[in-house]
Amino acid sequence: MGSVGAKEVPELLNAEGRRIDGRRLDELRPISIKIAPLTRADGSAFVEWGENKVMAAVYGPREVHPRHLMETDKAIVQCRYNMAAFSVDERKRPGLDRRSQEISKVITEAFESVIFTEEFPKTSIDIYIEVLQANAGTRCAGLVAASLALADAGIPMADLVPAVAVGKVAGRIALDLKKEEDNFGEADLPMALVPQSGRLVLLQMEGHLNRGELREALDLGVTGCREIYRKMREALRARYEAAGGAEEAEAAA
Amino acid sequence: MSEIVAAEIQTTHIVDLARSGQRIDGRGLDDWRPVTVEPGFVKSADGSALVHVGASAVLCGVKLETGKPFGDTPNAGVLTTNAELIPLSSPTFEPGPPQPTAIELSRVVDRSIRAAETIDLTKLCVAPAEKCWICYVDLHVLDHGGNLIDTAQLAALAALTHATVPAKRFGVGEADYPLEVAHFPIECSFVRLGDRIVVDPTFEEEAAGQGRITVATDEVGNVVAMQKGKVGAFSPDEVVETVERAFQHGDRLRAIARAA
Repeated sequence: MGSVGAKEVPELLNAEGRRIDGRRLDELRPISIKIAPLTRADGSAFVEWGENKVMAAVYGPREVHPRHLMETDKAIVQCRYNMAAFSVDERKRPGLDRRSQEISKVITEAFESVIFTEEFPKTSIDIYIEVLQANAGTRCAGLVAASLALADAGIPMADLVPAVAVGKVAGRIALDLKKEEDNFGEADLPMALVPQSGRLVLLQMEGHLNRGELREALDLGVTGCREIYRKMREALRARYEAAGGAEEAEAAA
Repeated sequence: MSEIVAAEIQTTHIVDLARSGQRIDGRGLDDWRPVTVEPGFVKSADGSALVHVGASAVLCGVKLETGKPFGDTPNAGVLTTNAELIPLSSPTFEPGPPQPTAIELSRVVDRSIRAAETIDLTKLCVAPAEKCWICYVDLHVLDHGGNLIDTAQLAALAALTHATVPAKRFGVGEADYPLEVAHFPIECSFVRLGDRIVVDPTFEEEAAGQGRITVATDEVGNVVAMQKGKVGAFSPDEVVETVERAFQHGDRLRAIARAA
């Protein structure tokens, strides 16, 4: 987004309607999911989504740090979205910049909307998202990974939270932008869906969309989220069937 | 504890009222509070505006300085937005580094201004890769009566609209000239109260709300920025409804901001 005075724009959509990596407008990048790759965390997941690699871990419910954040009637949710210094082309200064802090905030609020926090008063549920390799759509990949890590940790919640970004590429609404498309695209609209209620718990947008395009983008994003939801459920089921724990599988589903 | 109980009673009251189409301050669900825009409030700034929306007050000061363009945008100037939730504006604001709320506020305001191409940044270039104008938009929240995002965004737009490029002072021209504003994005925020969605929430309505959504529209029919915030959720149909309402409020508020 916002490439003022930028270099040459590559051909983002060819005559056959294929995108820069050969995808159709409504096609997701390949997603592979690994549940519980980490040993120390209460729950974890690793998501490779196109050229994104994102690790998420969940700790808790556990004691609240710092203590003054404690709530007497529910658990608090604390989420930290962080990008590794080496995750982007030009080395990023380590630590949370303003963008990461804003993303941490909206992801926290998305999960607070689905986790049954009232079941664990005076505790904290801590979610850590580490972007190891970035190629557009990292907040959505992070949400997906964190949602799976929450399920792996056995945290009770209304539903899994699939997420995807929709954008506008060469004048057309397209699902799941990759980096080149994001840099030279005309709009970016990341969203996260609660499939059971059909409501969005994360929604951001930047760029230019008219009323019709916005409706189209929302519909395409919801369809994309439902496809990602299927992949998330499959990954959880596969993990717990392999582990042989029928009870665990039910808890996760 | 009594505060918590009072807050819960008030929340229930606010949501009950909304169900019957009413609000605690007597407004309808789709009514804004009175808006006033005072441009030029601070003479030391190159552009400024004090905006009141009901009980909320935000002062925006714009300052321009010369500097070096970013390496990846050698032909463009720089726009940077910062918001401070200073302790004088609310009992819950504390001094110290910006908290996530302040960061979100400044980034959501910045997003609308930037995405709408309010300022053509290439016109802020003085010498490619060498010298450009850096436009600082500083938002000072003076009174937190709710809906700070929209109040701050109006202040930013009004301050930019009335800003002067201090060319003479920085020795890059014979005379100062007005900053050129190409587009007029307007942000419009809503909160969910039960199954109703109300515009321009007060502090109390924000506290009672189950999810906030902000939609920025421009004067030629585009949505240019959106942000869902706070705990809560919206269906796609509800999002589309808020967009339609944001377009209508946007036209009216734009006229107020431009007439000031």
